[in-house]
Order: sequence, then C-alpha cells, then structure tokens
Amino acid sequence: MKQKLILIGNGMAGVRTLEELFKHGEGAGSDLYDVTVIGAEPHPNYNRIMLSPVLASEKTIDDIILNSLDWYAENNIELITGDAVSEINRVKQCVITESGKQIDYDRLLIATGSNPFIIPVPGAEKEGVIGFRDIHDVHTMLDAAQKYKKAVVIGGGLLGLEAANGLMKQGMDVTVVHLLDSLMERQLDKTASEMLKLSLEEKGLRFMMEAQTAEIIGDKRVSAVKFADGSEVEADLVVMAVGIRPNMSLAQKAGIHCERGVVVNDTMQTYDPKIYAVGECVQHRNECYGLVAPLFEQAKVAANHLAQVGSTRYLGSITSTKLKVTGIDLFSAGDFDEIDGDETLVLQDPSQGVYKKLVIRDDKIKGAVMYGDTMDGTWYFQLMRDETSIADFRNTILFGQHDLGDAGHGDASAVMALPDSAEICGCNGVCKGDIVNAISKEGLFTLAEVQAHTKASSSCGSCTGLVEAILASTVGEGYDKTPNKKAVCGCTDHSHDEVINAIKEHELKSMQAVREFLEWKTPDGCAACRPALNYYLLARWPEEYADDAQSRFINERAHGNIQKDGTYSVVPRMFGGLVKPNELRAIADVCDKYDVPEMKVTGGQRIDLFGVKKEDLPPMWKDLSAAGFVSGHAYGKAMRTVKTCAGKNWCRFGTQDSTGLGVKLEELTWGSWMPHKFKLAVSGCPRNCAEATIKDFGVVAVDSGYELLIGGNGGIKVRVTDLLTKVETEEQVLEYCGAFCQMYREEAHYLERTAPWVERVGLSGIKARLLNDDVERKALAARFAISQKYAQIDPWKARAEGEAAHEFTPLKLQLDAGSEEKILEIS
Amino acid sequence: MSNWTEVVELEAIPSMGSRVVETGEIQIAVFRTADNKVFAIKNACPHKGGPLSEGIVHGTSVTCPLHNWKIDLASGEALGPDEGCANVFPAKVENGQVFVDFLIV
Ligand code: SRM
Ligand SMILES: Cc1cc2nc3c(=O)[nH]c(=O)nc-3n(C[C@H](O)[C@H](O)[C@H](O)COP(=O)(O)OP(=O)(O)OC[C@H]3O[C@@H](n4cnc5c(N)ncnc54)[C@H](O)[C@@H]3O)c2cc1C
Ligand code: SF4
Ligand code: FES
Repeated sequence: MKQKLILIGNGMAGVRTLEELFKHGEGAGSDLYDVTVIGAEPHPNYNRIMLSPVLASEKTIDDIILNSLDWYAENNIELITGDAVSEINRVKQCVITESGKQIDYDRLLIATGSNPFIIPVPGAEKEGVIGFRDIHDVHTMLDAAQKYKKAVVIGGGLLGLEAANGLMKQGMDVTVVHLLDSLMERQLDKTASEMLKLSLEEKGLRFMMEAQTAEIIGDKRVSAVKFADGSEVEADLVVMAVGIRPNMSLAQKAGIHCERGVVVNDTMQTYDPKIYAVGECVQHRNECYGLVAPLFEQAKVAANHLAQVGSTRYLGSITSTKLKVTGIDLFSAGDFDEIDGDETLVLQDPSQGVYKKLVIRDDKIKGAVMYGDTMDGTWYFQLMRDETSIADFRNTILFGQHDLGDAGHGDASAVMALPDSAEICGCNGVCKGDIVNAISKEGLFTLAEVQAHTKASSSCGSCTGLVEAILASTVGEGYDKTPNKKAVCGCTDHSHDEVINAIKEHELKSMQAVREFLEWKTPDGCAACRPALNYYLLARWPEEYADDAQSRFINERAHGNIQKDGTYSVVPRMFGGLVKPNELRAIADVCDKYDVPEMKVTGGQRIDLFGVKKEDLPPMWKDLSAAGFVSGHAYGKAMRTVKTCAGKNWCRFGTQDSTGLGVKLEELTWGSWMPHKFKLAVSGCPRNCAEATIKDFGVVAVDSGYELLIGGNGGIKVRVTDLLTKVETEEQVLEYCGAFCQMYREEAHYLERTAPWVERVGLSGIKARLLNDDVERKALAARFAISQKYAQIDPWKARAEGEAAHEFTPLKLQLDAGSEEKILEIS
Repeated sequence: MSNWTEVVELEAIPSMGSRVVETGEIQIAVFRTADNKVFAIKNACPHKGGPLSEGIVHGTSVTCPLHNWKIDLASGEALGPDEGCANVFPAKVENGQVFVDFLIV
C-alpha cells in the first residue's frame, strides 16, 4: 500500500522536494506515495524570484511557470489550488482546508514560505498598501501603475529596490524610503552601497535615507506617508519591503515546536517526525533562509529522507546575493565587515564603475562584495564555500579566474550581449539561444540540468563559465550554483571525495560494495561513475582489485584510440623519444603488413599509426612487442609521454643528461593509471626545448641540479607549472616524481588533471607534504612503486598472447544472400 | 512468424558488454546486461554511426563511445535530449544460447 504524502504550500521549496523525490525513481520516489499538493495561490508552482522581471515587463507570467498543470497530472499528483490549509490535526493525521476538505496523511510536508512584514503603523491596512510576494501583488502593482502616478517603496533592501525599479519601469514616480543610512546594508559595504545608490538615482529613483515611517495617511486609499520627523511624501501606492517573517502559524497552532520559524533537524523533520518542513518557513540550526539556493539544498535532503534513502543531512548553507536590476551588476556573499585580524583586498576603478572587495581571514575568503564587474562572483563564492586557501594566488585573485577568455569566447559581460546565434559550446555546437530557451522552457536551475538538456558544457568543459553566466542571468540568483559538493554523477549524491574516503576507510574493494555502502540509486551505475569507481578501487587496492574491463571507456578497454570510423590508432611507446633504426624498421614493416593508411609523428615525440582495424590489433601488437615495444597508453587516463630535449650529450648549452633522465622517468612511470592523462618532460637547460613548463611533471635541468615543476597543462586551458623545488641528483628527481604521482593518484578526482587539482587543493599544501615531510614523501614513492609492479605489465603483449580475445573477434554469421539483402533493407 | 538464429553462447558475451555479429555487410551488436538480458541492435549509433558495441553498458542502455549519446537497448531510441533511433532485433536466451531474429521471414 502506498503511503499518503501531503504537501502544504505549492511553492518553490515544496515542489522542488517532490521533484527531488521523484528523481529517486521506481521503488523509492514516485511509487512510495500518493501525493496531494495544497496551495493557497490559484496558480501552479512558479518561479517567485522572477516576479521582479515580470514587474519590470521583462518577462511574462507564462515565462515563469515552473511546473505546468500537466506536470502534476503526469506525476499523479492530486492538486488543490486556491484553497489554504487551516488546520493540521496530528492525532487523526489529517489536514483541513478553508473550504472544508479533510485529507489524511501518513507523511506531511510543510512548505508555507513566509509573509511580507507589514510595519504596524496607523493606516497600514489602507487600500494601496501591499507587500511584494506573489503574483497577486504584482497584478496589484501593475494595475496601480495604470491608474496612479506616485509610489513609495519602504525598504532599501534587495526586494524593495527590485520593486522600485519595476514600478519605475511602469512609469511611476518612485521614492524609496530606508530606515538606515545605506542601501542593502546586510549585503553591501558602504562603498558599494553608495555606488549602487548613485546608479539607481541616475536611473531615476529617489531616496529618502534614515527616514522612519510613522503613519499611512489617506481616506480609504493611501494618499501619503508620514515620517517620524513630521515630513510627508505623497503616495498612491505603498509597497512595504522591510523583511519577511516565516509563515509558521499553521504549524504553531498544531503544537509543533516553532521559534522564529518551524524548527527542523538535519533531516528536515519537525519535532513531529511524521511532519517535515522545508523552505522559508523553516528554522534550521538557528538560521532562517530567504533565498532559494539553500531551500533547494533542504529539498534534496528532505526528499532523500522521504524516499527512505536517508543518506544525507542538511548542514546549513552559505548564501550569496545578486540584485536583479537590469544594468546593475552587484554580487555579495558571506561576511564583508572586517574585524580584527581580517585582511581586505580591494580593487576600485571609479571611472569604470568597478569595485571589488574580498575579506580574508586565515588565507580564506570570508566575504565578497562586488560592484560593476561581478563575473568572478561565482568563483569567489566557490572558494569561500570550499574554504580553499588563497595564499598561492592572492596577488592576482582580484583580477579574476581568467577562466572565460581562454577558449576565445571573450569576456563575460560580452556573453550577455552576444546574439542568440552565438556558439557557446564549440564541442556540441550549442548556441546561446538554445541554452536560454532550454532554461526557460524546461525550468532548469543547475549546470547539470543544462548539460543534460542541451549538451552544452558536457564535453571539454571550457565553456562551463559561460554557461553558468547564462544560467545566472536567465534564472536570476535562483540557480544552484556549483553546489557545495559536486556529486559524482546522477547515480549518487556523494561527492568524489566522499567516495574516495569511503573506499579507504571502510575497505571497500569492489564496485558493488561501494555502490551498496553509499546507496547508489542505480544498480550498475552509468558511463560516468563506473570508470571513476574502477579507477579509485584500482588506485587504492593495486594488489587486490581486479580491473573491470566493462567499466572502461573503449579506448582503455581496447588499448587504442577509437577513430571516427570505428578503426583504432596505435602509438608504441618510445622511451624519452629515443628510437633505434631497427625499431623504426619494425614499425615500418608493421605498417606495410597491416595496410596502415597513415603514420604521423605526434606532439608527444613518438609515432602514431592511424586507421587500424580492430581485429588486426592483437597480431600487430605481437609484431611490435617482438621488436621490443610496449603500449604508449596514448589512449588512457594514464601516464602518457616523457618529452625530452637533446641535452648535455649533444647540445652546446645542455647542463645535464635530459634525454637519459627522461628515459629513467618513463621507465619509472609507464603503465600507471591516473585520474586523468599525465605528461612529463625534461629539458636540459632553461631554454626549455621540451616545454617542461606546461607538463604535469616537468624537469628543467640547470648547472647545479634540477628544477622540479608541477601542475602544468598545455591543452584546453593553458597553465604554466609551479615550481615544486630544486634538487641535486637524478635519484631525488625520481623519488619526488614517484611521490607526486602517487599523491595525485590517491587524492585527485577522476578526470581532474594536475592543473585544476593543484589549484583546488592549493600548492602550499602539496609542497609542505612533499618537501618538509621526508617520511610521507618516501611512503608515497613506495606506494607508487608497489602499484607499478601491477601496472607495468604490457597490455599489448598480454592481448597478443590471447587475453580478452573476445574483444577483438567478431562473430561471423553465414546467411544466405537473400537474407543478407533483406537485413540491409530493414536497417 | 519469428525466425530465430543461434548466434553465440551467453557466456561468450561479457556481462555488461557486447559481441559484434557480422553477417557479411552489416554488423549487429549483441548486448548482455548485468542481469543477463540480451539485446540485439544495429551496430551504428543514430547520431554519426558510432559503434555502439564499444560503449559502456548500464542498466538497459548503452552510452555511445563517440559522443556519449545514450541509447535504450530495448527500443534503440536515443535517451534524454537527443533524438534518433537505431534498428533493434528481437533477441532471447535459451539453454545458455543467444538467439536473434533478423526479421527475415
Ligand atoms: C596523437 C596526438 C596528436 C598528434 O598527432 O600529435 C593527440 C591526439 C589526441 N588527443 Fe591530444 N594528442 C597529442 C598530443 C597532445 C598534446 C601535446 C603534448 O602532449 O605535448 C596536448 C597538449 C598538452 C597537454 O595535454 O597538456 C594534447 C591535448 C589534448 C587534450 C586536452 C587536455 C587538457 O588537459 O586540456 C585532449 C582532450 C582530453 O584529454 O580530454 C586531447 C585528446 C586527444 C585525443 C585522444 C582525442 C580523443 O579522445 O580521441 C586524440 C586522439 C587522436 C587519435 O585518434 O589517435 N589531447 N594532446 C598527440 C599524441 C601524443 C602522444 O604521443 O601520445
Ligand atoms: C520578488 C521576489 C524576488 C526574489 N528574488 C530572489 C532572488 O533573486 N534570489 C533568491 O534566491 N531568492 C529570491 N526571492 C526569494 C525566493 O523567492 C524565496 O526564497 C522562495 O520562493 C521561498 O520558497 P518557499 O517554498 O519556502 O516559499 P514560497 O515559494 O513562498 O511558497 C510557499 C507557498 O505556500 C503557500 N501557502 C502558505 N500557507 C499556506 C497554507 N496554509 N495552505 C496552503 N498553501 C499555503 C503560499 O501561498 C505559497 O504559494 C525572491 C522573492 C520575491 C518575492
Ligand atoms: S587537436 Fe587533438 S583532439 Fe583535436 S582534432 Fe587534433 S588530435 Fe583530435
Ligand atoms: S556517433 Fe554515437 S554519439 Fe555520436
């Protein structure tokens, strides 16, 4: 028998909880409950955030509907609109509505949002005095704008300013009244607040600061607002936007414990465990939230618990704010008032109207205020939530992430100005218009959703920043920016770090064990998580875990690069780029023997043989192996190449034997599976002909020894290496290299190259552990050596000798000629 | 009327993997899921003809190796935002043998 679930409040947090619940799929989400939704408003769930653009005539009500009536029907939800719940009877486990309906529940979800606070001054009940909360309020304001001229908005916060801007756009003459001396004082410091006020004044708003409302004057309808100092301002419409109060009266009446809001625990349950609450009506760990991002996090947790998965807890949120007034860029997050011991970084360019301030404590961002140029707000916010140490890049942090320009897309404000036809995702050919459409039509909120619906940013990822910028501007601040932790994929809510730790701490040694322990939502994972789990298990348990071929991308399974026509490329390893005549001859012979259509010298100092038929791979490898070659792993998330230069043996500038050292490094590292590809290079002098400064691990030889460089990348986003240290002997180079490889192998996320990994975890931490802690460094190098014992078994030779033969042998089926033709016809 | 052709033993197909059956000019991929269901589908992705046999199998879908389209093995339909369909052929397991109906009655 299905249980009965009632949702009170057909708003953003409640409905999001249902969506999250249904995502849990058969057996958990949709099948578990008969769902009834009761909403006081006569509309299906809409995007409340977007009321401001509706008021400013930038959007219509239709644009902001999030769940159409069809959605409720498709999900078998019984929907009651325009009727409020007036009582919860916890003894009988039922709710009673204003129209007299009585409905039983097994589980109840309260998501009644909040009410605008109306200042209790004389006259506050007069016609024309309203809050700004729902579609009804917007209609009231739009009507008033038709008939009347003068509006007063009380409250110079986010909501007040958006209301004022909208009313001004509707042609009204608007005065904003604020109790304090600076606007949005909870989000902005004085400087940013002053800049904001100036630009709003330029747009035509008037301000009365430090003004305390005393009375609303008028007969039936308001005609003026009177202040404590006795002054008056004429008004035909008064919008009170001085704050919100969690709407908890219903819960309170039912005897559920409430303080400032309905009190819930970390699984979003009230003191009555059958009753959950999410959204603005809630008080969690002493906090009430008024923005959607935290509410959506709550929704996820409540859904997880309702689906009886119960593996997540809500731990509170850090929020950020943007103002949705077109033409004004403003971002604020965290705590921006410095106290003793904080440091402040400021960039101020008055002529460009740009102001950025970061408040730093213990090398971590504590708060950010940005005005004029907010492009990097997301990045700062992420750094703040992840508590990333910024010590390594504090010199440049105010200049931003420089993330966007790299793929040639230009900067971000330019993104907003781009035409709909501009291509955003070069890999999947997705234009700006496609993305904007998908976001508004499908009601998308997260990057992951945009990726799933449009494929934008789902391949190389270089356009992620652009897609996020489009999301932010289309959805407003409601979108789930990079959540605190990114789940591995849709099959789980757990992050990469949680998976890595669980494998280690609970000694999980098979994929099945990981999925069971972490309560995966799919029985056998997907194409994203399976390779990741396979890698993590292999990296953690090299001696015990048996690699799972079916969890490897075809390139790694077939040990060649799949080509667009289904053939493969073959790249034999040439240690350090060195090669002998008989080896070249062997390669030439192999190419003749198997009709290789094309050969090419690669960017990695070796030779690529293109267009090999899959069945020909094992015999070809047999010949190559006989000539002494092993696989070059050019296809793998693995150690790839060691580029070297001529070095001391030949070059007149060479200081050390770079070629010889490159060969030793390649002998040490070949065959190793890595979170992503891993490349090395050794240059014989600072002229750096081997381009060691853009490699994952680079060595530049100097007269007195070797400079070791890490975290370089020459691909999609170029990153120059950081100097790890300088050492004196080749033995040291090898030890540090092994240790660095192992640290990366054990700790980075799957598909995270060293460059983003170093940036995420911070160079100083890596340095401290590799340089100051001899014991840890040697232990890492030793673990690398152990895992190499199992990795340095040439996969080509093994397959030439018959391993995984089924992979390379098609089944031939003899059909008579007529049948063959018929199949061709059908397909 | 169905016309079952015996193609291979179930055990010769890796679990969550596939084998390619070549009948002269065309290739058909025969998949085996984790719970030993079998599916036969033309070995060409509706997107750009990628060899579906080489994709990662999960549940009853396969992810194409070339550009990550997800194809439902039972219907051949592309899932998610992508649209397209690959030809499928009825397949079954009997006494450890996989049979495919090539629809050539
Ligand atoms: C063959 C080669 C081009 C050539 O003919 O020179 C090549 C070919 C491919 N590269 Fe590359 N890359 C080759 C050197 C490079 C280099 C240069 C280098 O290594 O010095 C780079 C930039 C340096 C770097 O990686 O930092 C490079 C950066 C990439 C990237 C971007 C990586 C990044 O982190 O941004 C990709 C995409 C990826 O890995 O996700 C990529 C992906 C690919 C793939 C594997 C695309 C794919 O998934 O099918 C190409 C396979 C072609 C094929 O079918 O064989 N290739 N690729 C080079 C092989 C080197 C080798 O001997 O193994
Ligand atoms: C104009 C405006 C702009 C905003 N801009 C932003 C922004 O830029 N970024 C941001 O993050 N947030 C913004 N917010 C805040 C955001 O909209 C709210 O945080 C969010 O909607 C709260 O979700 P909720 O589900 O808790 O409440 P709501 O969305 O308010 O839903 C509660 C629903 O419950 C119904 N209800 C109440 N009592 C009962 C009852 N007894 N019976 C039946 N139904 C009942 C209400 O009618 C309402 O429909 C904005 C809000 C407004 C008003
Ligand atoms: S740059 Fe690399 S990935 Fe791109 S087409 Fe050339 S070889 Fe392929
Ligand atoms: S060919 Fe299959 S996804 Fe492109």
